[in-house]
Amino acid sequence: MNVSGELTQALVVAFSAAFTGNILLTKFLGMCPFLSVSRQVKTATGLGWAVIFVLTGTCMLNWAVYRYILVPLNLEFLRFILFIVMIAAFVQFVEMVLERYSPVLYQNLGIFLPLITVNCAILGASLFMVIRDYSFINAVSFGLGSGFGWMLAILAMAGIREKLKPERIPKGLRGPGITLIIVGLMALAFIGFTGVLSGG
Amino acid sequence: MEILLSIVIVSSIAAALAAVLVIARKFLVNYGECEIKINDSRSFKVEGGASLLESLTQNRIFVPSACGGRGTCAYCKLKVVEGGGPVVPTEEPYLNAAERKDGVRLSCQVKVRNDLRIQIPEELFAIREYSATCTRIRNLTHDIREFRLELKDPTEMNYVPGQYIQLFCPAYDDNEEVYRAYSIASDPAEGKGIIDLVIRLVPGGICTTWCFEHLKEGDAVRLNGPYGQFRLTDTDAPMIMVAGGSGMAPMKCILHHMKNTGSNRDATYFFGANLVKELFYPELMKELEKDMGKFRFVPVVARPGDDEKWAGETGLVTEALKRTIQDASAYEGYLCGSPGMIDAAIEVMVELGMREDRIFYDKF
Repeated sequence: MNVSGELTQALVVAFSAAFTGNILLTKFLGMCPFLSVSRQVKTATGLGWAVIFVLTGTCMLNWAVYRYILVPLNLEFLRFILFIVMIAAFVQFVEMVLERYSPVLYQNLGIFLPLITVNCAILGASLFMVIRDYSFINAVSFGLGSGFGWMLAILAMAGIREKLKPERIPKGLRGPGITLIIVGLMALAFIGFTGVLSGG
Repeated sequence: MEILLSIVIVSSIAAALAAVLVIARKFLVNYGECEIKINDSRSFKVEGGASLLESLTQNRIFVPSACGGRGTCAYCKLKVVEGGGPVVPTEEPYLNAAERKDGVRLSCQVKVRNDLRIQIPEELFAIREYSATCTRIRNLTHDIREFRLELKDPTEMNYVPGQYIQLFCPAYDDNEEVYRAYSIASDPAEGKGIIDLVIRLVPGGICTTWCFEHLKEGDAVRLNGPYGQFRLTDTDAPMIMVAGGSGMAPMKCILHHMKNTGSNRDATYFFGANLVKELFYPELMKELEKDMGKFRFVPVVARPGDDEKWAGETGLVTEALKRTIQDASAYEGYLCGSPGMIDAAIEVMVELGMREDRIFYDKF
């Protein structure tokens, strides 16, 4: 495949990861931080950026580990444990960088930054990338696209929840109840993207 | 073979990652030596990375802090002129708009990452770390004890009656070491080297449990101080004092001081307890009443027990206060006790006509 063809394909992969195959709204991965940090647009934005960054970074690292260590040694089954270790180390690293260079963001993310480690969207993206046998460029764009899609979903949710604050919601539905209903509606809306890409 | 290889691969990758993290920590979390400049008059160098409060304490400048650096008591506020970085979310609830504009910060939440310029009240320089010996422990009630500490190094503390010290509680069982604030209850006439504390056992309290179960007569202790603005004014206004439980401590010190200086101020001291057996220092109070013509001690027992004889005031201290004093507009109020009691007392005093700026209190 020539260079422009590869770039086009990477773009398609990113687009489909963000919209038609949105990791949160069609795969329902990464739900717990999504539900707990979507109260304010400000913190949701911070977490969104952190997820984009971590997702892309770990996709790149895990791709290399898988391709150059596990495949040659025929140890593909180790990917679950190694991907988790890689993600944990990467998050630790990001935490140190943030603490040094952006203390406010570090304080804002608080407990959620370490929680990214166990955000299943991150591990999910790495595993999908392996199953789909992506090239490096595609893996990077898949990571970027998935992260962007996740951020898009949490931002939309945070916006809706901020608007919802003054509304009178039936008691039994307050909190997670109404949030899950909204996620369902958003997921329905995202299914509408399915027709956009034929190869998605 | 495959098993061995798997183990080797997993461990070596984990080890490599750990190595990367250790190296990253060394470079990223290492802030090097930072200079802290105080009031543009003195400065010292510290290793960066710790909180400003810790760095100051290490250099023997004791900023008051009751919560132990968790950012919940807001006693450690000070002005950071330069280098403090942005206000972090944990500080926000404790800073009003004027303070933010002035650069006031909670020093336990400011991390030393670079050179800092700060401003603190000069009187904080007088605060010292003391080593002392616990020479006497007396039971006052079933859960309140008096601890006498004799200062060893330095041997004297220049405190103002009403001020408090911070007692160092070493790590024990599963608890970390902490400092906790206690008011000085001594009679200043006994010398500046004697610090009496009146401590009530708080169930589950780290430091009070240590004092009651681990601290013995003859043990060495550490403390620092003195802190606090709670003190007698130099007016002649009649006083209403209200305290409960270990809130007795600063009042006792203030009363001794009034007696020692031959003060002739009119003072009424309402002391609240739940049961008669929870009252303490009865002889001392009688003696003070005898020595100071215009001092009156009014113990108030909320609900005397069935087997207890009690002819004095009953109910809440605030109720007794209302029954005794009709017009408080000329009075000054001195309060020490739990936040609930203080808030209730302030409300009643204001209702009786006292000016709010004449009410002084020490909440704990």
